[in-house]
Amino acid sequence: MVLTGAEIVIRCLQEEKVEYVFGYPGGSVLFIYDELFKQDKVRHVLVRHEQGAVHAADGYARSTEKVGVALVTSGPGVTNAVTGIATAYMDSIPMVIISGQVPTAYIGQDAFQEVDTVGITRPCVKHNYLVKDVRDLAETIKKAFYLAKSGRPGPVLVDIPKDISAAKCEYAYPKSVAMRSYNPVIKGHQGQIKKAVQLLLEARRPMVYTGGGVVLSEAAEKLIKLVRQLGFPVTNTLMGLGGYPATDKQFVGMLGMHGTYEANMAMQHCDVLLAVGARFDDRVIGNPEHFAEVPRKIIHIDIDPSSISKRVKVDVPIVGDLPEVLEDIAKLLAASGDRPDEKALKAWWKQIDEWRTKDCLKYDRKSKIIKPQFVVEKLYEVTKGEAFVCSDVGQHQMWAAQYYKFDKPRRWMNSGGLGTMGFGLPAAMGVQLAHPGAPVACVTGEGSIQMCIQELSTCKQYRLPLKVILLNNGYLGMVRQWQQLFHGNRYSESYVDALPDFVKLAEAYGHVGMRIEKPGDVEGALKEAFKRKDDLVFMNFAIDPTENVYPMVQGGKGLTEMILSEEL
Amino acid sequence: MRHVISLLIENEAGALSRVSGLFSARAYNIESLTVAPTEDPSMSRMTIVSVGSDDIIEQITKQLNKLIEVVKVVDISEAAHIERELMLVKVRATGKDREEMKRMSDIFRGRIIDVTESTYVIELTGNTAKLDSFIEAIDRSLILETVRTGVCGIGRGDRVLKV
Repeated sequence: MVLTGAEIVIRCLQEEKVEYVFGYPGGSVLFIYDELFKQDKVRHVLVRHEQGAVHAADGYARSTEKVGVALVTSGPGVTNAVTGIATAYMDSIPMVIISGQVPTAYIGQDAFQEVDTVGITRPCVKHNYLVKDVRDLAETIKKAFYLAKSGRPGPVLVDIPKDISAAKCEYAYPKSVAMRSYNPVIKGHQGQIKKAVQLLLEARRPMVYTGGGVVLSEAAEKLIKLVRQLGFPVTNTLMGLGGYPATDKQFVGMLGMHGTYEANMAMQHCDVLLAVGARFDDRVIGNPEHFAEVPRKIIHIDIDPSSISKRVKVDVPIVGDLPEVLEDIAKLLAASGDRPDEKALKAWWKQIDEWRTKDCLKYDRKSKIIKPQFVVEKLYEVTKGEAFVCSDVGQHQMWAAQYYKFDKPRRWMNSGGLGTMGFGLPAAMGVQLAHPGAPVACVTGEGSIQMCIQELSTCKQYRLPLKVILLNNGYLGMVRQWQQLFHGNRYSESYVDALPDFVKLAEAYGHVGMRIEKPGDVEGALKEAFKRKDDLVFMNFAIDPTENVYPMVQGGKGLTEMILSEEL
Repeated sequence: MRHVISLLIENEAGALSRVSGLFSARAYNIESLTVAPTEDPSMSRMTIVSVGSDDIIEQITKQLNKLIEVVKVVDISEAAHIERELMLVKVRATGKDREEMKRMSDIFRGRIIDVTESTYVIELTGNTAKLDSFIEAIDRSLILETVRTGVCGIGRGDRVLKV
């Protein structure tokens, strides 16, 4: 059947069972929007800024197993989308971004709304394409979805010039794609897996360290099984939260710059480390030289070979898909009939329990000013740990990660890699659309929320009953914290004067606004907000402006060189 | 350490910029980079000379492999291999320099491929060190311009880089 390029785009999205496209129209995507208009299978969500479109598609993808889709116009549409694309790239989120481009004949002529999209996005996509012939369009879109989802996932961009979306050709959607240059390894090397099992059995102070890969590859179930089988302590990175249940007794908390005392101590002092879908980044292990001071054997499982031995040299690299490899390890372990040294393991747990007594997340519960940690704890209680929590970037992000106990994967959405302020609200929109009726919270700060606050309007249009938990301390809190600790209390440009009245602002957008000033009102307000199932409730919590995030490992310092709360 | 990395890449628009962009984005060294289609026109072969520690070279090969259009990557300097570079040098060749320049070209097994009353263009192939030596050997003030292709390399014996 002969179709136009624009018709082909929509057909392909239908074939891929795309529910939602997040986008913003413009000149070079008009043909595609015209075709969107003529059908109702693929629903379009009109955002207020292209950054919001990409974050919303990203949030949708993070909270499901599906590929998020965004549609933007050429030029500024694309440049606005870049922050969102880079955010998804850093966290390996499967997405397809379709962008319009000026007509083929105009490319390179500095045409109106022309930008070198493929060039600008090249370093922050898994791959990108400029479609120069309408006959390549269907196959290119098929490839884009395949690449986005397979191997180490990531965003893939397809740039479509306007004349290509108008041109016609015979259409058939390819059933599958094969690329001689792209074949991700799925099955782990059996010899390496044997070595890994041997090391795990010989361990006296073992540690399991897992990252976002566990969530992305749907490996949580297999991980839990293996960790329980071994009886080892386990920690999650910021991106890996929910990959192992936070309320389980073998869980020692998040590790890293704001990780728990016990997680960081155990990570540093273990003798065998099993790293699963994590990448030893600077916010996780601090200074790699300090980390290497304690000798330990490292097993590293990851689908991306370039993540292995990048910052930390490992002893047993295993490239493969996590569920497969974890299953193989568990099987081999069971077949061996051996057990790790019980006595040594007991002594190790005793040591960890001793570290736990530090109670490193303690804070002043008697405070007359609202403590942010208290708000997150109450949020956890009120939602019974069942909410989808999206965060922005800063202190509130760390408090949410530390105090909301995630027991399931895909419940915690945050920009861990790029650290994008403005991520939370649009991401929460994508999550809410993917999970209608589910409680979705956006934990944010007064700095971050203002970076994409225009999306409150989108929330109204699509009746998205998000709960915005604004931890308002009047400062760019994380910046202020660093300035206090490392820049002699010189608060250069971190105080945000002239904040809007957020209650009125929420109301102006047609939502419910609340201001909460006393600790005694926190729980009641949260309960009321979550009772309002049809309303977006914007909760402005006036929190202690001087509160800091602890424990803290200063950038460049060793993992165990933690600054602890003055409460301790 | 100096390494010679050979790779096969889909012959598509923008493929070169993906490779060069990777090197600049991750602050890897490129000493030279050559590229041209292979006998199979759907594929190009690239030779990249880079300098870095073993860890960095390992990362470079992994990152190159990760590029979607890269089909195969081999560090050919890990085993016996051959490197060649082509250089064209335009020199002033007048009076007694004319004879001397011809003699130097012969010694280095170069060929004079363009002649005017006052200039020669000398074509020279060899490894990088040989071309450097030629530049050192002739009178620098006579060099009008030089152009080099950068290194291309191939493994010795049975070692073959093919899909």
